[in-house]
Amino acid sequence: MAHTQPAIDLSPKVSDEIRKTTCYMCACRCGINVHMKDGKVAYIEGNRDHPVNKGVLCAKGSAGIMQVNAPSRLRAPLKRVGPRGSGEFEEITWDEALEIAVSWLKPIRENDPEKLAFFTGRDQSQSFTGLWAQNFGTPNFAAHGGFCSVNMAAGGIYTMGGAFWEFGQPDWDHTKLLMIFGVAEDHDSNPIKMGLGKIKARGAKVIGVNPIRSGYNAIADEWVGITPGTDGLFILSLIHCLLKAGRIDLNYLRRYTNAPVLVNGDESSPEHGLLLRDEDGKMLVLDRRTGKPAPFDDPDVVPDLAGTWRNAGITHRPVFQLLADRYLSDDYAPEAVADRVGISAKRIRHIAAELARVAFEEEIEIDQPWTDFRGVKHDKMIGRPVSFHAMRGISAHSNGFQTCRALHVLQILLGSVEVPGGFRFKPPYPKPTEAHPKPHCGVTPGKPLNGPHLGYVQGPDDLCLKDDGSPARIDKAYTWENPMSAHGLMHMVISNAYAGDPYKIDTLFMYMANMSWNSSMNTSGVMKMLTDKDENGDYVIPRIIYSDAYSSEMVAYADLILPDTTYLERHDCISLLDRPICEADAAADAIRWPVIEPDRDVRGFQSVLVDLGARLGMPAFVNEDGSAKYKDYADYIVNHERKPGIGPLAGFRGDGSDKGRGAPNPEQLNRYIENGGFFVEHIPDAALYYKPWNADYQNWAVGMGLYDSPQPYLFSLYAEPMRRFQLAAEGHGDRQPPEHLRERVKTVMDPLPIWYPPFEDGHVDPEEYPVHALTQRPMAMYHSWGTQNAWLRQLHGRNPLYVPTKIWEANGFCEGDWARVTSAHGSIVVPVAHMAALNENTVWTWNAIGKRKGAWALDEHAPEATKGFLLNHLIHELLPPKGDGMRWANSDPVTGQAAWFDLRVKIEKVAAPEEAQPAYPPIKSPVGQGPQNLAWKVGK
Amino acid sequence: MTELPASTQKKLGLVIDLDTCVGCHACVISCKGWNTENYGAPLSDVDAYGADPAGTFLNRVHSYEITPAEGPAQLVHFPKSCLHCEDAPCVTVCPTGASYKRQEDGIVLVNETACIGCGLCAWACPYGARELDALEGVMKKCTLCVDRIYNENLPEVDRQPACVRTCPAGARHFGDLGDPDSDVSKLVAERGGMDLMPEQGTKPVNKYLPPRPKQDRAEEFDILAPFLEPVAEDPKGFLGWLDKALERL
Repeated sequence: MAHTQPAIDLSPKVSDEIRKTTCYMCACRCGINVHMKDGKVAYIEGNRDHPVNKGVLCAKGSAGIMQVNAPSRLRAPLKRVGPRGSGEFEEITWDEALEIAVSWLKPIRENDPEKLAFFTGRDQSQSFTGLWAQNFGTPNFAAHGGFCSVNMAAGGIYTMGGAFWEFGQPDWDHTKLLMIFGVAEDHDSNPIKMGLGKIKARGAKVIGVNPIRSGYNAIADEWVGITPGTDGLFILSLIHCLLKAGRIDLNYLRRYTNAPVLVNGDESSPEHGLLLRDEDGKMLVLDRRTGKPAPFDDPDVVPDLAGTWRNAGITHRPVFQLLADRYLSDDYAPEAVADRVGISAKRIRHIAAELARVAFEEEIEIDQPWTDFRGVKHDKMIGRPVSFHAMRGISAHSNGFQTCRALHVLQILLGSVEVPGGFRFKPPYPKPTEAHPKPHCGVTPGKPLNGPHLGYVQGPDDLCLKDDGSPARIDKAYTWENPMSAHGLMHMVISNAYAGDPYKIDTLFMYMANMSWNSSMNTSGVMKMLTDKDENGDYVIPRIIYSDAYSSEMVAYADLILPDTTYLERHDCISLLDRPICEADAAADAIRWPVIEPDRDVRGFQSVLVDLGARLGMPAFVNEDGSAKYKDYADYIVNHERKPGIGPLAGFRGDGSDKGRGAPNPEQLNRYIENGGFFVEHIPDAALYYKPWNADYQNWAVGMGLYDSPQPYLFSLYAEPMRRFQLAAEGHGDRQPPEHLRERVKTVMDPLPIWYPPFEDGHVDPEEYPVHALTQRPMAMYHSWGTQNAWLRQLHGRNPLYVPTKIWEANGFCEGDWARVTSAHGSIVVPVAHMAALNENTVWTWNAIGKRKGAWALDEHAPEATKGFLLNHLIHELLPPKGDGMRWANSDPVTGQAAWFDLRVKIEKVAAPEEAQPAYPPIKSPVGQGPQNLAWKVGK
Repeated sequence: MTELPASTQKKLGLVIDLDTCVGCHACVISCKGWNTENYGAPLSDVDAYGADPAGTFLNRVHSYEITPAEGPAQLVHFPKSCLHCEDAPCVTVCPTGASYKRQEDGIVLVNETACIGCGLCAWACPYGARELDALEGVMKKCTLCVDRIYNENLPEVDRQPACVRTCPAGARHFGDLGDPDSDVSKLVAERGGMDLMPEQGTKPVNKYLPPRPKQDRAEEFDILAPFLEPVAEDPKGFLGWLDKALERL
């Protein structure tokens, strides 16, 4: 028939209204436009004005509508009526739920606050939940950083006052070479993709170092399929090559780092290895003009790296010489490390040469004068356009802290941090460790803790130990086992509480943490710990309160459920006091607000904490007459002041025009909503780079309330706080490590980066378990806490174990086959699939696709529940026993980070079972099962 | 059975950069969201929470492994939706005239009120770019967001397909491939944009930019060796170099 076309409406009405808020499907926290029709959510897109995502949005964000209508949403508070783990609950009123919670918590607070362990998973309100825990008075609080990426955070902060992700980002607009280590889908999701797009559009090069060539590594120009757990050794070999060729930025090193600072060389001194200081406590550098020590910040000093200072018969050398001594050693020559890292010596040299070429031959200049903290004026901003990014891939190992340090030392030696084309901090970073609080654990019944829980230790005196030397915290954070555990050890809480090591607790209170499933090592063991009873027939962990918005696996293991809202039904603040959304060019924060009201009897968890805080009479939550200080979380966000004039939100303070500092403004949330849900304040041009040393930046940061006074500092190639722990292990000082840890502390607390094999290699026979096993999250589910999303589960509803060609062929695998995968700890039987673009000794799978039958409102026959699986069953929170009676954590010995990626396994082909093993009986769903079909159109 | 227009005034289409696509599926879900709520019947999901969920999608991302003769294997992410072919066999096969190609811009659409759900068009499309909606019984396909690109209720900057607007890596581009001076045509010329399966003779409008050559191969390595010339042979020599280098500063 002849060509005809119907008339169609090319300009249909898009929506009645757009409500702008902040996404919450992961930790990226993008701005979103929520299109409303008839009061319902019709469509979600990125907010073009938003500093994080500038209009783009990932699959999760666009699927938010399926998160908000999910059948797995909890509907009302629940009280357990069946045995723990059964999923048998009855719905109760909020009054009853809060009365139960108070009846459990009040006696604990009045008598023994440490009997409460409050851990908050994927919490994005830690400055608030931390304040609540501090007011309760328990030392037992942290979020999920300990099982996520604390090595990256702490390694960066102890080295340069900030790390990757929320602390900073590559200079996407200027960098000419980006090298990413262990980055799968990772913090932070959309900005990395946007940045890669910019780099690719300019034709700049990307090198991807990762055992798995997927995602970002798939588009990298050069792929380095490294052996898992050896990144540190590879990086130190790059440093060896660069040092040997003199391809380092000496000017940068002597001005902005502790390279010229003199190290106490007196082996008999209790300060041996500490940095020399003058009477005012200022670090001393060797002055090239005089050959004498001078304060590092003296405007006239010419810091030397090549000389030494001899005083009273002792020679003191600058940090740089200790560093050069170590890494010029042939131990780090490419030929010496090639076999272990799985990269040829030629290739290592090639990459080092490429870094050198781009950093020093393609130097860039920005015509922008600036003044440093010594008062020296500079005409231009000089840049070394090499940048790096890394996250969990390198940090989730037992050598992760030192590896992260090594990477930062590499970029500092190249002079590429906080310069054009390099890595840039985002406010409130840079921030030296000294500007962070120290950890606190001083408990007084009925009173708040003596200070914030989490912080940065400077030495043994700051550890959280009781008078008898035993751990003050249930997770043993800040002890000799892991002195710098800046994010706590959430993965050890249940295990330690169950073992009564260091002590027993009464109530475990958790938020958004799926500890009976994918957020725990040793999942089966954790289920047992949560359900096991003592000789009196009481649960070993007596009481569990849990808050979640969805029917996750953890719900079944709690006694009282406080149902949370979805992200479109709540108030939140993404605060500068916490984990903000700043960009390298600007300070920014944001809110969430209820763009729809809940249609269930649920409450935002933070508002529930405000209520509980008042009911428990906690000082921050009650007025002098004992009445509630805040109506709800929104009221807290607006009116809470951390210091006079400094509150959770920096924007629209005072009369609405104050930024950073200013009195509370009752109209603040409305002003945020009018502004698209966020606030952004740009950094002046002269302050955009060299932030740790830039006088204009420092002054701007003080004005914004980020610091109370300028905080210029030197980068720590040599981490002096670590040396203080080593000194103790060498026998100096009153606070001594226990004997069984003395040698380990001496080794791992090295103030210059070291590499040692992942601990599992030392506990498990590498011959018997020759294969490395890893997980990553798919981009469409990264950092999200549910694959019940009806759209996303169609993308990633299955997770075979991906097997490289060598192992595939050796086992004679064919498509559709199954394998038994065995570690020193356990065994699973799972479907396999072939993948060639993979390190030849590594297998991997998507994490957290496997679901427990009965959870997430899924059909019990859903592939997630029948073929999906977790590697968690193969990973224990403890290393295999050594016969010394000690419980050795499977964690980094510096920070306590969970060493997920140390895992070694063996593989054998087996007959296909009915379903993936181990299989568990279903839990009873408190919300039933989702609808058969969806055709989700809300408009007419 | 249905005629194509003799010519079209524009050839609107997508240019998809396979060098930049990280396979994140943002385009897939943004498309699903917009087109569930907008043009025609919603894109349904059958057995949405069950054992075999099967939804209608107008755009899907496939991943292919390539193992070159030398060098390590590579992974290419390959988003695929209707290519709005100039000689669209899905249109000519349509018995009711429901499938048609727009004369003004070349967009291939399905008039859902005339579609009988016979599936001939899906069979005729060599790209597998059409999906019959299981609940509605009508054929669904990429509309190039025809209800966005001219939509006066949207700000001008947003008048582009949802998949392009949302793509975090900027791997998707939209424009008139019939105009040699358009940005998309220039990009295709610059980057060697390719037709998908040209041998099918469908003259697809959408183009794919191929991945740039990888730099994984060892023999290319030596050219950079001069950048690592040692400054000294031993630690003492290194200190001497250091001293001289500092003096020069």
